[in-house]
Order: sequence, then C-alpha cells, then structure tokens
Amino acid sequence: MFKPIRHAAVALALVLAGPLAAQDATPQDGGTLNVVIQPEPPSLMLGIVQNGPTQMVAGDIYESLMWYDFDLEPHPLLAESWEISEDGKTYTFHLREGVTFHDGTPFTSADVKFSMDVFLRKMHSRMGQYMQHVESMETPDDHTVVFHLKQPFGPFLGIFEAGTAPMIPKHLYEGTDFANNPANNTPIGTGPFKFDEWVKGSYIHFVKNEDYYLDGLPHVDEIYYHVIPDAASRAVAYETGKVDVLPGGSIENFDVPRVRDMENTCITDKGWEYFAPLSWMWVNLDHKPLDDVKVRKAMMHALDRQFARDALWNGLGKIATGPVASTTKFHAADTPDISYDPEKAKQLLAESSYDGETIQILGLPYGETWQRWAEAVKQNFEEIGINSEIVPSDVAGWNQKVSDRDFDVAFTYLYQYGDPALGVSRTYMGDNADPGSPWNNVANYQNPETDKLFDEAAVMADHEERRAAYKEIQDMIVADVPNLWLLELGFPTIYRCNVKNPVNTAFGVNDGFRKVWIEKK
Amino acid sequence: MARFILGRLVKAVFILLAILVFNFFLIHAAPGDPAAVMAGEAGAGDPTYLAELRERFGLDQPLYVQLWIYIKGAVQLDLGYSLRQQMPVAELIADRLPATLLLTGVAFVLSLVFGVIAGVAASARQGSWGDTIISTLALLFYATPLFWVALMAALVFSVWLEWLPGFGYQSIGAGYTGLAHAWDVTKHLILPASTLGLFFMAIYMRMTRASMLEVSRLDFVKTARAKGLKRRVIQRRHILRNALLPVITLAGLQAGQIFGGAILTETVFAWPGIGRLMFEAINQRDYNVILGVFYISAAMVLLFNLITDVVYVIIDPRIRLTG
Repeated sequence: MFKPIRHAAVALALVLAGPLAAQDATPQDGGTLNVVIQPEPPSLMLGIVQNGPTQMVAGDIYESLMWYDFDLEPHPLLAESWEISEDGKTYTFHLREGVTFHDGTPFTSADVKFSMDVFLRKMHSRMGQYMQHVESMETPDDHTVVFHLKQPFGPFLGIFEAGTAPMIPKHLYEGTDFANNPANNTPIGTGPFKFDEWVKGSYIHFVKNEDYYLDGLPHVDEIYYHVIPDAASRAVAYETGKVDVLPGGSIENFDVPRVRDMENTCITDKGWEYFAPLSWMWVNLDHKPLDDVKVRKAMMHALDRQFARDALWNGLGKIATGPVASTTKFHAADTPDISYDPEKAKQLLAESSYDGETIQILGLPYGETWQRWAEAVKQNFEEIGINSEIVPSDVAGWNQKVSDRDFDVAFTYLYQYGDPALGVSRTYMGDNADPGSPWNNVANYQNPETDKLFDEAAVMADHEERRAAYKEIQDMIVADVPNLWLLELGFPTIYRCNVKNPVNTAFGVNDGFRKVWIEKK
Repeated sequence: MARFILGRLVKAVFILLAILVFNFFLIHAAPGDPAAVMAGEAGAGDPTYLAELRERFGLDQPLYVQLWIYIKGAVQLDLGYSLRQQMPVAELIADRLPATLLLTGVAFVLSLVFGVIAGVAASARQGSWGDTIISTLALLFYATPLFWVALMAALVFSVWLEWLPGFGYQSIGAGYTGLAHAWDVTKHLILPASTLGLFFMAIYMRMTRASMLEVSRLDFVKTARAKGLKRRVIQRRHILRNALLPVITLAGLQAGQIFGGAILTETVFAWPGIGRLMFEAINQRDYNVILGVFYISAAMVLLFNLITDVVYVIIDPRIRLTG
C-alpha cells in the first residue's frame, strides 16, 4: 500500500545541485547571521559537553589543529603542517605562529598538551578512549607538539577537529576544578567568533574576532543563535525572515518541502560526511526468537526503506548497506544483499523459529518523523506476518530502556566519526556489550572473528591493509544481521541563497562560520 | 483574621514539605537520569565517563542521602544547582521569572476582565443574538486545543498578515531602549498573552453568565426590583457581587499557576519563561531544576488559596474565617 513519492526526490536533487555551483562572487564584509539552534545547549564549553547543539554553537569559538574536507582529508588550521614517522607511531605537529586566544594570550604547544593530555583525557566523552593509544606527549618548543603512540592507530589523524579535540586555554583551566570553573560560562578559544552574551531560553550572541589569524576572515560582524523550542515555530521563524539558516534537523521533515520551495532558499545535504549519522534498529539477540538469524533476515528483508526515505525523509539520505556509512572511508560496496523483498522475507520467516511472538518496537523519541517511521516498520512487519507493538518513551526513558536492554528492537542512530575504529567497532565488539550504556554493543553481538579483525584493523599502519580487513568485517556482520540497518540519514541545511558558504567542511555548520558572508541585496 | 492567616501559613509549611518529598520520589521514579541523558546527547557512553558524570552530579549517593541534602537546602531556601546548566537553580528561575510573570499576569488580567464583562453582557439579555454570539465564541475558545490556536495565530498574524512577531520576547539584536523597548515587548506579548488568555476568558465568561442568571432569579433580586432600583444598580450591586464567588475561586486557581508559567504557549511562541524551563528540565531529568520550579509553584498555589479565602470575606461579608 505504500507508494514511493519519487518526484519529490527528483525535485530535491535539482535543488541540491544549485548552491554548490555559485560560489565565485567576491565576499562582502559585514552583516548579521541569524541561525536557529535546537535544543538549547546546556553549556558552550565544548571540552566538557559534546552534544550536537553545543558543538554547533561552540564550533565558532573553539578550534582544533585541522579542518577536514568533504572527503575527510585533513587540512591545516591551528597546525600548519605535520609529519608521521615511518612506523606510524610518532606524529609531529608544527603549530601556526601568531595565534592568540580571545583574551589575547598566545596559543602554544603547552595548550595542546594540556588540552589533549589533561583536560580532554579527563572530561571528554570520547577522548579518554582515544588517548589510551598515546604513550606520551612532548613539546620541544612553543610551536611543536609530538605524540608518541603505543602502536600505530589508523584514525589518529582524524581526531583533530573542534568537537573531538578542542584547544582549551591552559592559563584559565590548569589546576582548577574543570567542571565548575567559572570560565565555562564565558568560553574562550582561538576561533573566528567571540562569545558576547547568552540570554537563556532566548538567544546566544557572538561577535567577530577582530584579531583572527586568517586574513580577512571572518566576514560577518555578529551571529545570533535563536533558541526556538517548537519545530513549527522554527519553520515560521524562517518564513518570516527572523532567521536565515536552519541547520539539519531544525524543522520537521514534512515542513521541508514547503520551506525549501520559498524564494531565495537554498538547501544542501553536505557537511555531514564525518558524523555520517547511520540509523538502524538494535535487535536484542538475547531475546527469543531474535537469536535466530532467519528471523532477523526476514525482518531485514521486510523493511521498505525506500518508502521511509522518500516519504519520511523527503528523499534525502541513502539506504544503508551495512554497518559502515558510504561517506566514510572503508565502506565496502558489495556486501550481502539486505534489500526490500517481502516474498523472501515471508519464506525466511516460515523456515524460522518464529511462532507468533509480539515484537516490541522501541521508537526514537526525536519528533514526528521517527514516530511515523516506527509505525511504518510495524506495518512492514505485519505484512510478512510478524506481530509487533510500538513502545512509547521520552528521551530519558529511551536511554534507560536501551541501556537496560529492555526492548526487542529499538531505533537508534549513531555517528561514525569518519573511521570504523572510532564509530563502528564500538557497537559490534563482543567485550563492549555490558548493559548500562545505550551506545555500545547494545545488541550483544558476539563474534570472535570480527572482534579480532576490528582489533587488528585499528592498529594497522597501511591504509589498503585496513581496507581489506574492514571489507571482511562488513561481509561477516551483514551476513549475520545483528542489527537492522535503515538509512544513512540526510540532515539538509536550509539557508537563504544570499548567505554564502555556510557549509565548507565535513562538519558543515558545526565547524564555525569563518567563511560565511552575506550578499547584500 | 490574623490568627487565621497565621494558622494557614503554619499548615502551608508542612504541606509544602510533604509536596517536596512526594515530588522528589516522583521524579526519581521516572526512568533515566541526567547523566545518561547528557552522555546520550554526546552520543557516547564510555562507562567511566558515565560514572564520572554521576559522581560529579552526586547521583552515586543513596537516594535518601540525596533527599536529605535537598530538603536541608530547600528549608534554607537554597534550591541547589542545575546539574546540566551548571548554574544555581534560583538564578535560572529568577532569569525566567520576569518573562513568565509578564505573560501569565497579562493573560490573567485580560481573561478575568474580558471574561467577566462578556459574561455580564451575555446574561443581561439571555437568549438574545448577543448572548448567542458570546456563548458560541466562548464554547469555541473553551474547546479548541491551545497549541492549535497558538500555531494558527502565529500563521495568520505573523506569516500571512505580518502584523505581529510570531515568536520571541523581543526583537533580538535591535537594541531598543526605553519606550521603544516596551513597545517592542508589547508587540511580542500580544499573540502569546491572548492565546493563553482565551481559554480562561471562556471559562470566566461561562461561569459569570451562569452564576448571574442563577442569582438573578433569587428573591432578594425580586425585592430589589420591587423597591424600584435601577436595572444597572441591581446588576452591579446585587447580582454581580453575589455571582462573583465561583469566579474568584477559579481566578485563585489560575493565579496560583502564574508562577508556573505556561508550557504550551511558551514553547510555541519561544517565550523564555518558567514553563519551558521546567518542561526541558523534565525531559533532561535535571532534578534540581524540576524540584525548584515545583517548589515555587506549590508555594504560590498555597499562597493564592489563602488570598482567595481572604477575598471571599471582602466580597461576601456573610463568610467568616475560622482557623
């Protein structure tokens, strides 16, 4: 009964081609950028809080050593150049000279060492794990930093972005209680914009960093991040001209076509290459009959993901082929087939141990789209003869249920962080399956072969060797269907066409608006 | 009267304490905790990181210890610290209070004044076309969901007609001062305040009308008429004054909510008030903020109940207060 709405996808493809073509005019200085932020970030101290909204706003303040293009290749930012030793164990970074923090203090190698080795190791949600690969750090002079790794670590060059490795001013934090340092309320970094004011519940105001080290940047004078809690009101805010940029996910998907058809409106799905949000449903492998691979395969083939993409996601995003997103390195194309095939699904189900049990579907409480998606999945299941029911929850309840493994199948989506060793292995490694976290191997997938390969691939120095290992891993995991992979999500950024360059890197709007300029009409 | 008020205040303290304890357990009974929510938003759940967060938030302590710490603070009017926003709860609430008071206060006055006037007007000529129109409108406002009215109001007056700003508290970045600022805030206030006021206005209208009609059939009104008093005087001094008691009961209830904000209206119109603060805190399980808002709201409800009782006496001398 579902019919894909294909013309929407075609129309969108045409729109998407637009903004990337026209970027050759001479930048103009001045103006105010108005951006929606949702939800309101709890704090702007990026070293302590790494959720989406914090990163989006604080990406203007904090910077790291590099920036990454759409193919995830690193480029110089606070580091001017770098060398990697032959054995892949020593990384030397040469820092840019003449960089200062917003309070005028020079940025030096001591700040890098303090940030990585002390602050982030303790406070950051992921850096603690990454830094376990680092044996020691050295700062031979003010502008050189050397990392000695215990063994090669393939993704190492990919962690120097603001959300993962923000550079924290040592002079403000050293020896203090990091979590309760009053400086957290007036964040100071090296970035293109400076913190001015935050009226809670209303807006966050940044002003141009006049002393920014990149010549002529940034172009705009100030940025307002508007806190608007209701999705429909956010669409109204754009329609009435109060805001000019709607970052991905700001408005409900069903409002996207209406808004993007407005005059002077551009849309791009670029800027998510590093995070590459991949959605799937966890399958609780400890629950019968979900331990039967035939049941899981039947469920997988029952899912009409093309419909979900076209009807619920406006044709944005890609149908996932397995655990590794196609925009990241090491994606393998020809993995076992998991496409929509209800006939095959029925046949597999008939051969399986499924006996009419009701499958509990835990939806993701992130708004209308996800709710409708759960309903679509329920219908897909029913079409091949699987009984199911949707379990409602709020965000905290969802966290708890997934952490306690209290579900049969559960929607989720996770970031890939550009490398399977950072974003993928954590959800499939057998020793990372303890209950208590909703972000580890929740399904409790146990496969010693892939565990071993994941371990080996992370520390291989050679890129091609890694690629081969990850190909093997993907083949094995897809054949087992421990999770039901859904879509590589598309979160389009919608903006006025006279706002130029809102998305320049693999981090999109999260990466600071240093290159943005506003064309005067 | 003083003894009555004193007695009620003493009782109120105990009720408040009971509410606090009840709320505390209610909130902790909800699944999830702030550490899990925060780690969840970061998309990472390294168990050591979670443990570090819980320790930082004091959530690793047994529940009774947490309760004791909270009550001890609350008794000294210390509402504690927002785990999530790293700010004292009192400060967070104080930040939001002016906006909330402005919105709910204006909505309260608007709905009470216009509701009572409309009710009196409708009851004056029962069954006339005027009565029919007012009663129908009131029924409509009473039955329509608030969020729908809010969205439609924003759509019509802000998107189509472009008369009024559709959201926010002020024009951000405009830098108005003095009168210009007051006018700017007023413009922003019109849509949310009237949306919020409509529902209560409808209730006051219906209640006033029904009550007026009931009182107007009583013997003392007949007597007043027989005395040859003017219709206006009878309406105002004899009927309305007696008919107002149920309206005051309701107004007391609504007044108690003034400090609690209005979640739906504040959300749709991006009004930076307490209702939103509380709603977001509930979603994020920011325990101290939720408890703080509940604490203040409960105190205000108790206070306004007391005020309502006192107002009864002023309006109707037959009522006596006994502690």
